[in-house]
Amino acid sequence: MMSWFGGRKRSAESAKERLQLVLIHDRTDLSPAELTSLKDELIQVISRHIEIDADAVQIDVQHDGRSQRLVADIPLRSVTRRRAE
Amino acid sequence: MTAQVFTISSGKGGVGKTTTVANIAVALASDGAKVVCIDGDIGLRNLDVVMGLENRIVYDIVDVIEGRCKLRQAMIRDKHLSELYLIPAAQTRDKNSVSPSDMTRLCNELRPDFDFVLIDSPAGIERGFRNAIAAADRVLVVTNPEVSAVRDADRVVGILEAEEKRSTALIINRLNPILVKQHDMLSAEDVLDLLGIQLIGIVPEDEGVIVSSNRGVPVAQDMKSSAGQAFRNIAKRMRGEEVAFMDLDKQSGLWDRIQKMAGRK
Repeated sequence: MMSWFGGRKRSAESAKERLQLVLIHDRTDLSPAELTSLKDELIQVISRHIEIDADAVQIDVQHDGRSQRLVADIPLRSVTRRRAE
Repeated sequence: MTAQVFTISSGKGGVGKTTTVANIAVALASDGAKVVCIDGDIGLRNLDVVMGLENRIVYDIVDVIEGRCKLRQAMIRDKHLSELYLIPAAQTRDKNSVSPSDMTRLCNELRPDFDFVLIDSPAGIERGFRNAIAAADRVLVVTNPEVSAVRDADRVVGILEAEEKRSTALIINRLNPILVKQHDMLSAEDVLDLLGIQLIGIVPEDEGVIVSSNRGVPVAQDMKSSAGQAFRNIAKRMRGEEVAFMDLDKQSGLWDRIQKMAGRK
C-alpha cells in the first residue's frame, strides 16, 4: 500500500522488519559483527577441505516460532571449473 | 478448591499490566470466581488505586511475610464484589523484602480458598519479576503493538522459557485498529509472528480505560466499553472457555467510511 505522503514504506512494515533483526540478536546473543566473524572463520575451515566461492557465502539466523536456526548457503566451486582455470 | 496462580508480566513498564490485572480480576469475580490479587510491585504500589481500594489499606504483603499480621488481615475486600480481594504491596520497602520462596509459600496458603490468584509483576526482569513468577502456574505477558514493548516482551518470554515455565500466553494491549488499518501500527498477527507464543487476548485502545482508572472502577464493569469486553473475554479464556476474538475492524468502520468519502481509499 502506498503512503498518502509519497510512497514511503508504511511504518508498521519498518517496525516489523527492525524487530525481526533485533529479536534474532537478542535471542542468540550474537551481534552482526560476531556473525560476520563467524562467517569468515567458517569459510576458512571449509576451504581447507573443499574449494568454495567465498564471496557468495551467505549465513543468517532464521526463526520459526520461537526456535532459531543458523542457515548457511555455501556454493562450491565445481571441479571442472577448477580444472579450466 | 485449588487456585490457579496467574502472573501478569511485561518487561517494559507502562504497557498496562496493573490495569490488566484489575480488569481480569473484576471480570472473573463478576462471573462468580473467588479471586485474590497480589500487588508484586514493592515500593511502587499501584494496584490499590486502580481498583479504588487505596483508603482501606492497613497491612501489606511485607507485613504478612514478616509476621506482623495474619494473611487474612492484609486482604482487602473489593467495594463491589464480595469474592474479590487485594493484597497490597508495601510502599516504603524494596523488592528485597520478599523472596521467591516467600511468594511461593504465600500462594500455597491462598490456593485452597480461591479459584484464582493474580500476581501483578513489576516492570523489569530483576528480583521483583523473579518473585512474581516464582509461584506462577501460568504467565500472561502484556505488550503493546510497539517496538520497545515487543522487544521487552520477547526477553521476558525467553526468560520464562529458560525457567521452563511453559504455559505463557500473550495479551496485546492498546491496539488501535485505525492505525493498524493504515499500516502505521503492528497488527496482532505481526506481534504474534514476532513473539511466537499463544495469544489470550487483544485489547483495543479505549479512552474509557483512563476514565475508569481515574474513578478506581475497572473498565471491565462497563458493559459498553470495547476494552472492557476484551478483558471479560480474557477472563473467560482463563477459565477454559472458547471465546472468539473480537472483530476490531467493526469499530473502525465509521472512520473507514469517512476516509472513503474523502476519496483517500
